[in-house]
Amino acid sequence: MTNEILLAGFGGQGILFMGKMLAYFGLYEDKEVSWLPSYGPEMRGGTCNCSVCISDDPIGSPLVDTPNTLIVMNTPSYDKFINSVVPGGTVIIDSTLVDAKCDRTDINVYYVPATALANEHDMKGMANIILVGKLLKETKFTTMETVKKAMAKVIPPKKAHLIDANIKAIELGMTQ
Amino acid sequence: MAEKSLMKGNEALAEAAIRAGCKCFFGYPITPQTEISAYLSKRMPKVGGVFLQAESEVAAINMVYGCAGSGIRCMTSSSSPGISLKTEGISYIAGSDLPCVIIDVQRGGPGLGGIQPSQADYWQITHALGHGDFHAIVFAPASVQEMVDTVTKAFDLADEYRMPAVILADGLLGQMMEPVAFEDTEIKMSDASKKPWAACGHGNKRKHNIINSLYLKPDELEDNVRARFKRYEDVKAKHTEAVSDYCEDADTVVVAYGSTARLAKSAVEAARKEGLKVGIVRPITLWPYPAKEIAEACKNAKNVLCVEMSMGQMVDDVKLAINCSKPVEFYGRTGGVIPKPAEILEKLREMGGKN
Amino acid sequence: MPEFKRPHALADVTTHYCPGCTHGIVHRLVAEVIDEMGIEGDTIGVCPVGCSVMAYDYFECDMLEASHGRAPAVATGIKRANPDKFVFTYQGDGDLAAIGTAEIVHAATRGENITVIFINNTTYGMTGGQMAPTTLPGQVTQTTPYGRNPDVEGYPVRVCEMLSTLSGVALAERVTVIDPKNINIAKKAIRKGFEFQKNKQGFSIIEVLSTCPTNWGKTPIEALDRVRTEMIPYYPLGVFKEGAIR
Repeated sequence: MTNEILLAGFGGQGILFMGKMLAYFGLYEDKEVSWLPSYGPEMRGGTCNCSVCISDDPIGSPLVDTPNTLIVMNTPSYDKFINSVVPGGTVIIDSTLVDAKCDRTDINVYYVPATALANEHDMKGMANIILVGKLLKETKFTTMETVKKAMAKVIPPKKAHLIDANIKAIELGMTQ
Repeated sequence: MAEKSLMKGNEALAEAAIRAGCKCFFGYPITPQTEISAYLSKRMPKVGGVFLQAESEVAAINMVYGCAGSGIRCMTSSSSPGISLKTEGISYIAGSDLPCVIIDVQRGGPGLGGIQPSQADYWQITHALGHGDFHAIVFAPASVQEMVDTVTKAFDLADEYRMPAVILADGLLGQMMEPVAFEDTEIKMSDASKKPWAACGHGNKRKHNIINSLYLKPDELEDNVRARFKRYEDVKAKHTEAVSDYCEDADTVVVAYGSTARLAKSAVEAARKEGLKVGIVRPITLWPYPAKEIAEACKNAKNVLCVEMSMGQMVDDVKLAINCSKPVEFYGRTGGVIPKPAEILEKLREMGGKN
Repeated sequence: MPEFKRPHALADVTTHYCPGCTHGIVHRLVAEVIDEMGIEGDTIGVCPVGCSVMAYDYFECDMLEASHGRAPAVATGIKRANPDKFVFTYQGDGDLAAIGTAEIVHAATRGENITVIFINNTTYGMTGGQMAPTTLPGQVTQTTPYGRNPDVEGYPVRVCEMLSTLSGVALAERVTVIDPKNINIAKKAIRKGFEFQKNKQGFSIIEVLSTCPTNWGKTPIEALDRVRTEMIPYYPLGVFKEGAIR
């Protein structure tokens, strides 16, 4: 079983960072993992996406084009990817930035006003982490213990003071 | 082994080079391999090594020529259009019997092409890496960890046989992160002590060494080239590598290398679950080419499928490997499009129906 | 009075240079400097593609043969790996100022701590006398049979003047070897270049106005005269830049 995760939004929203965090969740659960960013001119301020695979078996293709988990943080990404999610899949949407409502009934769609929540709770720039919290709540794919371990690894030592804030953002996401 | 961390393929290659004692790196920025330069520009000064951004791909490979000629382990990296520029220098390196490691993180071509993953440098790297009669050892790893493990081997074989070694990756392997672990070894930069041929200053202790590929007398040049090809025979005998899975009873055998091999393997495993008898053989070295290993893997097959991210540059080599004894079909995507395991599976179903 | 003998760093072999060519003199000057500084065992030379392509056989220090124009990049690779060794390149005008322009400019601007001996004889000697980047206006060559026309082929490059604008250059000096007085000046310049290198003070280039009697269609004496009457007026002798960069 491979959890094929696609994360998409604008450059600067922390899409790649979010992917790295999810990949470390997998690594610390002794899974096979891969992380693949979109790269090239589209990195420069345009849309940005990232494929993460977490699997019990060696990963063949690190490129996710039919995700069973999708997190989207802008409308162009929503439009581009919403129909690629496999039936039964999970979609988490930052509803502050995406107006659309999904009419698919074969997937589980959750709307979280993550950017607004981040601003309200003095967590500017952590909307992505709030969405990860929501994903944790809905799919329970890892434990808080693993989350904390991964945070310590993925956040560079120079920014270690942000670990607690990130964990709070996860917790906030889990209440949504 | 140390704890596993997630690393981008490009950065992992760079770290692996340092751990292999690569003292000097000369490079030029080009997508999708620039992280190698960026990483080494940070790390090299801290470990007593040299990072230098050259004014061109041409200059970078010639810096490698000079550095390697003085007996020091060194490396350059580029992506497809940049490798085209380096081929002059690579020919001189081969003609002067110098060891070095060259990394090609392939992108789509021809021309400026694109920047997405591709395997369209196969012909260039394995058959036409420069003018003249010569080869480079070519490795085609299929994961980030395998790239790491290949770097030391590439340096060691390059030194042993005094020839360039290429690690042929692609944008997928370069850009993706996977868990990697490095062996806990002390970082020790190379020196020229085990290279009596090196032009590093004779210290008034020996006659001068000359690093050169010019032989104006045809007989001398022929002898020189023949001697080099004799060494190649030894490389072929000892260092040809391939790995095969599920081939023993396979009706259809897939041949694929590098990142395409992992995509194809997913398809093969899915096909097995459907009851299709398919296997896969993956060349690990592209030169020497594992012709015998491919023939062995295909011995019971009715047909063969070559899968690549190109227009089928390896197909002829597969046909030669099996002496055209059975049909060789091709499935590939090019231009930076990554073939999906589902597409490969569909092709396998179609071929299974022909058996 | 010192005995006139072959410098140790100059190999005891017959060169392939034409009668009247000044390569031999310049080789000798480089070898004398290496001897006098006692650095033969610590020196690595890089020769180019062109008439001096086989200079690796003429110097007793370790030598590398570079591809056309790339000697400064090759020298950079050696020097960066071996910062305490002496590294020099020996390049002609086609090699240095045409196909290798990028390499020489960037080695110079990096302040690469190497010494470049640049032979300017206004022609491609090895391939039989084609137009070089330094060929003078009006000069007849195999590929400018009606004389170099600046409207068509552009103007000759003044390398020392150009490189002297770069911050990485410690020494840019143009000399010639057409008579004993100038030979002495040339030797001093070469010595200066190696001394700069010894003190890790930056890039040095010594441009030597040289002769090519064969391809100029002149006798050795006429060739020396041409340097005096035609080349020096366009390529003035002297120091264009001197002073440690670090």
